[in-house]
Amino acid sequence: MAGLRKSYDGVEALRGIDFDVRTGEVFGLLGPNGAGKTTTVEILEGYRPRDAGDVRVLGVDPWQSAAAHRERVGVVLQHSELPPTLSVREVHRMFAGYYEGPRDVDEVIELVGLSGKRDARVKTLSGGQKRRLDLGVALVGDPELVFLDEPTTGFDPSARRTAWELVRALRSLGKTILLTTHYLDEAQQLADRVAVIREGELVRIGTPQELIGVAPKVEIRYRDGAREVVLETDEPTRVLAELTTAAVAAGRELEALEVRRPTLEDVYLELVDTVEGA
Amino acid sequence: MTVFAHELRLQQLIFWRNRESAVFVFVFPPMLFLLLGAVYDGTIDGVPAADRLLVGIIGYGCANTTFGGLAITLVLRRESGVLKRLRATPLPPATYLAAILTSTLLVFLLQMAVTVTLGVVLYDARGAESWAAMLPVVLLGGIAFAGLGFGVASLIRSAEGSSAVVNLIILPMAFLSGSFGPTGSYPEVLQAVADVLPLTYLIDLIEAAYLRGEHLTSDPGAVAVLVAWGAAGYVVAARRFGWEPRER
Repeated sequence: MAGLRKSYDGVEALRGIDFDVRTGEVFGLLGPNGAGKTTTVEILEGYRPRDAGDVRVLGVDPWQSAAAHRERVGVVLQHSELPPTLSVREVHRMFAGYYEGPRDVDEVIELVGLSGKRDARVKTLSGGQKRRLDLGVALVGDPELVFLDEPTTGFDPSARRTAWELVRALRSLGKTILLTTHYLDEAQQLADRVAVIREGELVRIGTPQELIGVAPKVEIRYRDGAREVVLETDEPTRVLAELTTAAVAAGRELEALEVRRPTLEDVYLELVDTVEGA
Repeated sequence: MTVFAHELRLQQLIFWRNRESAVFVFVFPPMLFLLLGAVYDGTIDGVPAADRLLVGIIGYGCANTTFGGLAITLVLRRESGVLKRLRATPLPPATYLAAILTSTLLVFLLQMAVTVTLGVVLYDARGAESWAAMLPVVLLGGIAFAGLGFGVASLIRSAEGSSAVVNLIILPMAFLSGSFGPTGSYPEVLQAVADVLPLTYLIDLIEAAYLRGEHLTSDPGAVAVLVAWGAAGYVVAARRFGWEPRER
């Protein structure tokens, strides 16, 4: 995908986004609300055309070859519903009927952990169970690529853990996964690579490790009497050596000494805040 | 099983599972018939009252089922995101819409059968003069009103308003077109309004087929009006129908 652009009513939602997702990886699109994550994903899903740019999903243009594209792609939308009066199993069979080579319905239900709810009507499911149903329905066509648009928004912590396990299970099945999220820990936990978008622009791309690696300085804190000293440095080893040498020479203790490497969260907040502050 | 048959079966399952649609769409017209049949007795315009009422109620049932029920269902599914989700599957949109249309026509035909049976059993109705003449008439009516259903669903913006809008159209139209009794004594203004409504012409055609066994071909003018209304609905739908919830 290269140079993706999209405007709504003259407002630029996407201002040139480029990235490649590799087969078999979990790719995270990370950004604050309104950054353009869903717009990007919906263009990739084939829901809307783009204004400019070159987009290929599994080798085809999702807007031009809609039918071929949909056969191989599974989708979990941010908001969608399934027929409330059908049972979990009926909904899976409904979707299975749309694909040429569907997976076994009961296997999928088992995979997403809804076996106990197989005959329950959709309207009786909890929020977390509905989300798992969304995922099951996305998998029933045996897709190569799965889009997950904010799959855990609104989940309690334990439901999120369960959902993460599911995404990892999908990855081990060899699926390629593109997920959007505004949770950093989610990206850090799940994604092989992360792209950070802000205001329709891609600001950074890489593995979570790389993102942390490139950015901000290491922070060294200690207390000097009543004064809290904070040093930010690219050369923590040298600075620390100087500090400690001086302290040892003077027979002082560096109180509350702390050396902190940035987390993805720090990187992210810095990336996202840079322009907004300017 | 073809995708169409698969989808048609699902549409039937979903329709009958949903208590609101089953009651308001399917039960309402026969229920009205039972009430009206209990009021009218003897003959109307020289025809057994029950048969004359059935002509109007079949027309009303057609509008209520293939226009009203269809439009509300489509709006609810669009606004809840069901349609958007289906769009991400390989199910061809035309197959989906054709299955909905066919399912709606089946519901309407079954409803007509039930209503006429009630009339014959409870109110001494004679039944249709010719079902061979009736079938093309009600199918044409169903397809035309479904076109209006698709068209109106494309124009309605929210799920909350859909039922109100649809009933605001159907009930006055049914009243003016003679669904609930003869309109000969209505003021001229109202009769003039009725003269442009599609239901008026559908009821004319049903009356001709049901009471006199006349085929569609006996009244090309009425057929033309119905076709025009239906086509207008399909054209609006082709231009304005959306699969995604309207934000505002």
